[in-house]
Amino acid sequence: MKEALENLKKLTALDGVSGEEKPVRDYIISRIKEHVDDYYVDNIGNLITYKKGTGNSPKVMLDAHMDEVGLLITQINSDGLLKFRTIGGIEDRVLVGKRVRIGEKKIPGVIGFKPLHLQSSKERSGTVDKKQLTIDIGAKDKDQAASKVEIGDLAAFAYDPVEFGDNKLMAKALDDRAGCAVLIELLKHKYECDIYGCFTVQEEIGLKGARTSTFQVRPDIALVLEGTTCYDVPDTKEYGMSTVCGRGPALTVMDRTVIADRDLLRHIIKTAELNDIPYQFKQTVTGGTNAGKIQTGGTGAKVAVIALPCRYIHSPVSVMDINDFENMIKLSKKVLETLPASITLYREQGGKEYV
Amino acid sequence: MFDIINKLTQTFGPSGNEKKVADLIRDMLKDKVDEVKTDVLGNLICIKKGSGKKIMLAAHMDEIGIIVSFIDKNGFLRFSNVGGLNPFVILGKRVIFENGSVGVVWYEENIDDIKNIKLEKMYIDIAASSKEDAERLVNVGDMAVFEAGTILQNGRIISKSMDNRIGCAVLVQTALNQPETENEIYYVFTAQEEVGLRGAGPAAYGLMPDMALAVDVTATGDTPECKPMAVKLGAGPAIKIKDRSVIAHPEVKDLLIKCAIENNIPHQFEILSQGGTDAGSIHTTAGGIPSGGVAIPTRNVHNSAEIVDMKDVENAVKLIEAFINQ
Amino acid sequence: MECGELLKKLSDIRAVAGRENMAAEIIAGLFRQYCDDVSVDSFYNVIGFKKGQAENPQNVLITAHYDEIGLIVTGIEDSGFLRFTAIGGVDAKAIGAMEVTVHGKKDLFGVIGVKPPHLIAPEDKDKGIKMEDMRIDIGYDGEKARELVSIGDVVTFNSPTQELLNNRIAGKSLDNRSGVAALVEILKELQKLKHDDNVYVVATVQEELGLIGAVCTTYNIKADLGIVIDVCHGDMPDAPSDEAFPLDKGVTVAIGPIISRKHAKECIKIAREENIPYQIDPEAGDTGTEAAVHAVAREGIPVILLSIPCKYMHTAVEMVSVNDIVSTGKLAARYIAGRSKE
Repeated sequence: MKEALENLKKLTALDGVSGEEKPVRDYIISRIKEHVDDYYVDNIGNLITYKKGTGNSPKVMLDAHMDEVGLLITQINSDGLLKFRTIGGIEDRVLVGKRVRIGEKKIPGVIGFKPLHLQSSKERSGTVDKKQLTIDIGAKDKDQAASKVEIGDLAAFAYDPVEFGDNKLMAKALDDRAGCAVLIELLKHKYECDIYGCFTVQEEIGLKGARTSTFQVRPDIALVLEGTTCYDVPDTKEYGMSTVCGRGPALTVMDRTVIADRDLLRHIIKTAELNDIPYQFKQTVTGGTNAGKIQTGGTGAKVAVIALPCRYIHSPVSVMDINDFENMIKLSKKVLETLPASITLYREQGGKEYV
Repeated sequence: MFDIINKLTQTFGPSGNEKKVADLIRDMLKDKVDEVKTDVLGNLICIKKGSGKKIMLAAHMDEIGIIVSFIDKNGFLRFSNVGGLNPFVILGKRVIFENGSVGVVWYEENIDDIKNIKLEKMYIDIAASSKEDAERLVNVGDMAVFEAGTILQNGRIISKSMDNRIGCAVLVQTALNQPETENEIYYVFTAQEEVGLRGAGPAAYGLMPDMALAVDVTATGDTPECKPMAVKLGAGPAIKIKDRSVIAHPEVKDLLIKCAIENNIPHQFEILSQGGTDAGSIHTTAGGIPSGGVAIPTRNVHNSAEIVDMKDVENAVKLIEAFINQ
Repeated sequence: MECGELLKKLSDIRAVAGRENMAAEIIAGLFRQYCDDVSVDSFYNVIGFKKGQAENPQNVLITAHYDEIGLIVTGIEDSGFLRFTAIGGVDAKAIGAMEVTVHGKKDLFGVIGVKPPHLIAPEDKDKGIKMEDMRIDIGYDGEKARELVSIGDVVTFNSPTQELLNNRIAGKSLDNRSGVAALVEILKELQKLKHDDNVYVVATVQEELGLIGAVCTTYNIKADLGIVIDVCHGDMPDAPSDEAFPLDKGVTVAIGPIISRKHAKECIKIAREENIPYQIDPEAGDTGTEAAVHAVAREGIPVILLSIPCKYMHTAVEMVSVNDIVSTGKLAARYIAGRSKE
């Protein structure tokens, strides 16, 4: 477990904005290559790993996405400031006053905005439109900026992980490096079923990577390992919190992209209860995950989502509970170990369902 | 046929929970087709073997409903929608869970203006007095559907879940009639249409038909001061031209029109400005499957009392029989 | 045919999304003289194939959609006026007082009527008009109209191409007949160049309805590299400077998460070496083009997106520069041929 947490910290310190996941992928390859039978990187950039099972059982896909939300440089202004657009869902209100690093050379920059003193009363009470914001890399003019940064470069938040409080971890990109760290851990063990561990790309911009990974793997069953929304702060009605930090990994019944397979979900719940692993249901139906694409790819698959509650998701200061992370590993591992015995697929039964 | 419709509409089956509907249809059709199977998504596929073209007929089994997201300490349930659900439509309605538990939908009465009502400001009362009490009947993640009867009156049927059990009924009746054809017919009862046309694509991918028809409901433009739409109850099944998900393949559309004219079947044309149908996901499956649709004109779609005309239903069966014999 | 002439011919073709059967053969005819094989699939995608010279050639798939936005008849009133709705993104404020062709039993001339200013109530002066309140006037009464027109018939805009100053052309469907013209330019250029790879040029359908032709095409043709040719916003007053591009400054090469950065950079390198004008188009999301389909088709196709700046998009007077189309053709062809040298 210690190693898993170390992996997670290292993963969150890397940059992998959608479309440029290589640094994350390279690190993951270094951690898993000893443990899998085969792996390759596909056209879109997914890392697809294969681990043969010990039995004759269904094909199980495990999905965690490597990419994170970030920024795209769209223009270099004459004063050397950089215009940008967001990649993935970033709220305007988290951008002001943040540190970023740009491109392969990791050029440091900050997102500035005029101070309170100079804002009109309307600006003071309202939100900032991201179109007004620019990244300042300290350049004296356009030419100097253009010598460091190109239009089309990606920028990531520059925040290092911090352990703090009561077993909490703050980091950027917990969505979904947490899933990646869990998946790395899972791949260290042998299971009865054939495992395809897929570290996917471009989830944040519309579940792209999972489309091609599913096309190649054609799984019978898929478990999606995610970071999910959590807003368990005061003044939020309990039914609007989505999940609560520290209450265990969260299971999705339904969200915008998927209704979890009933049998698979039942199996996960039973596994958690048998092994005394805490779990919770995600109590909102917002958001989406790769499960949506995996379920409907090809002839379809049974899917479920196990997710780590992350406060302040899609911001540079996401917060998780380390116990939840460890319980997510425990639960997913147990689920995989017991999978072949308790799940039946129609394909093996000549067309009868739910026997 | 009313008996079939009654059974189908009264069977529980919100999106992702279509098993009971699938079981019912399986029992109705198992002796009339050559093969019956269910795929991983829960689509029920009934195959009538043939040597000609492979034709997929799809009707979705799932109905709209609600899903419980939270149970408070006094036993009230918070919920979200499964499929397109207008808060005003569900307000004050009864809903029923798979185990038969019934609840009533009401709202936080301190709301300023009822116009601003949202599902987040609503709850379900299942007559429980505490959380423990409630949890004996219902769990977070359970789904419920409208509770409302099915009646035949004046040659028209009023019922919950016409969308799309009426489409299922049309396909069931067609299969029971065992129409003459050399073509291979796939009667596919699909899952999870209401949440984004999710079932039909994978079913089509597995079957790879030469063409497909989605049988679903469509709105009408024949009620007082409604939005204009050239579809009337009782004027025949509507041949799909276009909806939000698909523009019908010209050959499929033209073939349907030809069948209707040659067999003197009254028909009309559907251009639906809101909503899509399984044809939308079938026609982009794999390298493209030419698809169209036959729609049953239905009033008050996505309400607890949807209305269809039996003549349209019967004529839809005739039209589809003629189509698959081509 | 010279590019400007070709573009005029293409722009005047009528092919509303979903009813491209009206035009597939014309496009096929344009491809035929430059291709080894031309076919039309069941969705009316027009596929031109040009064999590569390598022993084990890779497949390069170039798509440009040829459907156009338009209208569809939703009702015929007793008075003979036609109700309609849009196919694709039609701006209601751009179609009042427009000449149209209703493709009924025969092609019928019509106009979209507008209320005269004298009859508009002062409080309504600033209100936009909704499409559902507009009618097409074909000059017939209800009985005759019903005989000639059926619900579901499509309607196209009458807007013959205009030649303007500086080799610029305005017309009704330069989104994306400009791309189709570029496909022909690519084929012409490739005649002069040696290329190892097999090249598929596909004029695709139903882009305006959700990229449907590209979905079919990218599944049916197993490509190793995808090139999408579409239009992007031309520079106009009020347009954001990083989302609109001046005409005559060359084709735009997109960079962004769904685009293969490696291939885009290679393409830019060729443009620099060959002195072909280009601009960089930063795309943070799906791009709104067929590139989004290529990227996730099958195993994933590495894709680049080349866009021709086009002003006044989705109106009947879209405007492009022929020079940009020629340079698009040059760049794509040289890039494909350049791959062969590796």
